[in-house]
Amino acid sequence: MRKVEFTVEPVPCSTMPLKYDDSLCIGCNRCASVCQCDILLPFGKRGEHPIVMYPGECYYCGACVMVCPNPGAITLQHPLMNRAKFVPVKK
Amino acid sequence: MTLVEKGAAERSGSAGTGFDHWESACTNPCSGVTPEEIAEAYVNEQDWYSNGIAHYIECREGYDRLLDLEAFGGKIRDTEDEFLGAEFRDEQSKLMFAYDYKNKFTIRVWGSTFKPALVKELKRLGVRILNRTEATGLLVSKKEKRGVGAMGMNVHTGKFYIFRAKATVLAMSRPARVWLFDSDLTGLCEFRPMQSIGSGHAMGWRAGMEFTMMEKSVRAEFSAAGRSFPPYGAGNNHNTWYAATMVDARGVEIPYVNRDGEELKTVSERYYPAPGQKFFLKGGVIDNPKYEYRGPETLDFEELVKRGYQLPFYADLSRMPEAERRVIWGMMVGEEAKTKIPIYQNYTERGFDPEKHMLQSYGTGWQSANFLEQERQFFGAPGGIMHDWDLKTNIDGIYAAGDQLYASDCAGFACATGYYAGRKASDYAKTAEPGEISREDVEAEKERLYAPLFVEKEEGIGWKELNKAISKAMQNYCGGVKCEALLKEGLDLLKSFEEDIVPKLTASNPHELMRTHEVLDILTVAEIVLHASLARKSSSEPLFFRRSDFPEMDPPKDRKHIVIHQEDGVVMTRDVPLDFFGELKTEYEKRNQDYIHELENMKGGRQP
Repeated sequence: MRKVEFTVEPVPCSTMPLKYDDSLCIGCNRCASVCQCDILLPFGKRGEHPIVMYPGECYYCGACVMVCPNPGAITLQHPLMNRAKFVPVKK
Repeated sequence: MTLVEKGAAERSGSAGTGFDHWESACTNPCSGVTPEEIAEAYVNEQDWYSNGIAHYIECREGYDRLLDLEAFGGKIRDTEDEFLGAEFRDEQSKLMFAYDYKNKFTIRVWGSTFKPALVKELKRLGVRILNRTEATGLLVSKKEKRGVGAMGMNVHTGKFYIFRAKATVLAMSRPARVWLFDSDLTGLCEFRPMQSIGSGHAMGWRAGMEFTMMEKSVRAEFSAAGRSFPPYGAGNNHNTWYAATMVDARGVEIPYVNRDGEELKTVSERYYPAPGQKFFLKGGVIDNPKYEYRGPETLDFEELVKRGYQLPFYADLSRMPEAERRVIWGMMVGEEAKTKIPIYQNYTERGFDPEKHMLQSYGTGWQSANFLEQERQFFGAPGGIMHDWDLKTNIDGIYAAGDQLYASDCAGFACATGYYAGRKASDYAKTAEPGEISREDVEAEKERLYAPLFVEKEEGIGWKELNKAISKAMQNYCGGVKCEALLKEGLDLLKSFEEDIVPKLTASNPHELMRTHEVLDILTVAEIVLHASLARKSSSEPLFFRRSDFPEMDPPKDRKHIVIHQEDGVVMTRDVPLDFFGELKTEYEKRNQDYIHELENMKGGRQP
């Protein structure tokens, strides 16, 4: 089998599903390990959060937030078009 | 035993982050129905284009699997007494029920606890779990037509695997992204996660496996093409949100009626069968049920318009009893699929309070988007692998479970059939000898798998472009209305993709290679659908299948499964009667005395 060199670069899309808070993230990469759609790539530097390499492939399941040991280190945000409206009740 | 998982087993699958209710738990201690009643109801409800075998397994063994999950550490009871005294709670067992409070066969569960508990148990049992490993092909001994293993690839390193197996169980969900594709937000194309796209169907087809009902697809309904709102994240009164109070734009409450059109006065009445009705069906695949199984529902949209109700509608939980409000918002929305973080936490942080706010509905129903006739999906109970009472495929040694089976439905169904298929596969493996693996097949698979890595990016075509082209082809040639000429045009176009485009596909790393092979599998699934559509020469209401050249609906001669497979590229069909599975209880008990005895011996050994 011939050898091939792998290359990778972030594939941007119109949304950013995940935001990291650098002051809270400890860079444990548990989020990258659990992501079933495999959109996160560990950065390689100790203590830093993974790169959201394929944001368009996010399934918005929230597994990364669920597994995160530091609440608030990751925020999942829906695309703007998907933010359902709620209003005060009318009695 | 080896588990090959393309994602990460701890949270993979559409129920990986949760599910809120377990259907057809007919053997739970509070149940007012028998497995036969509910399995037969599903068969009748689906006009016999239904998986009687798998539904019966679900009804008969599903509750046993729920107890297993509890034993592994999953939560299935209100052990903290959060809902003490609620109408849907059984005070003795602390089980909580949804939908039909009289017959109590759907259990509300804390499904977000299940998958990690299951993986922990697998590890305890010494099961080898290969995460990030994509199964790509089956190994079949041509001489004996017997499964002898599978092949795969690590999607991080590209490492190739050969799995020699006496028995193999396929559990790779149902196809997706065949008609619907959004190249920007690919993760939102369909209800199920990115990796669940029908790879098992594609590898089965290549190996000569039989399928049925693959001509069935429905107009897109739910969480499709990024146009729907997040599942269970818009105001509605179905499934997770049943039986939420709905109001119109003025705040006027929308009435619930029973199957006879009688208006229900209280919230409680929404959870009971009509006078003279034994039970009703609600849940995953139940959309617009027959009179016999129809439960309480809000008035039809057309009737609401006639009476002056105004859009938009809202779900208003503030008008419900406290326990009902809290069980929908906080338990069901919080435990179902993708709701714990994306809906419950996210909306709470945005300020949503179910006592003070109402959540808007979009469109006129629970789907939260409207689609065109040609925008189709495998939703409800779609086609899949044909199997026998052992959940064995037509290839000896290869079994299937969950959404890979034809007419499949829901997480409880997947758990029950997964265990059953595993049990039968294990029995088979005890007597089978390992088969010979063809070196030629392995080398051919390696060549096929890695080819896109050697196509220069600048000269090649990416996976998204091909996926988009397939979905457009299927909308054009296999949309709402089908005919022979259109379907053949579709096949011609897909063949030209295979010949001209596939050799140009390019991938820069194993992740992209995985996505590329997913689209190749989608291409194969699209071909299966076209062949299956050509084979049915009439139209069918239960299959949502319309041929303009054969408009007659469900003629008696075609009330049958048209089972399809290929051998050396030649497509073959055979007819199977819709009632091929026989009398459910009798046929099940003929084949499962060992399990029945095992259960009897366990009685008293665990909490009912």
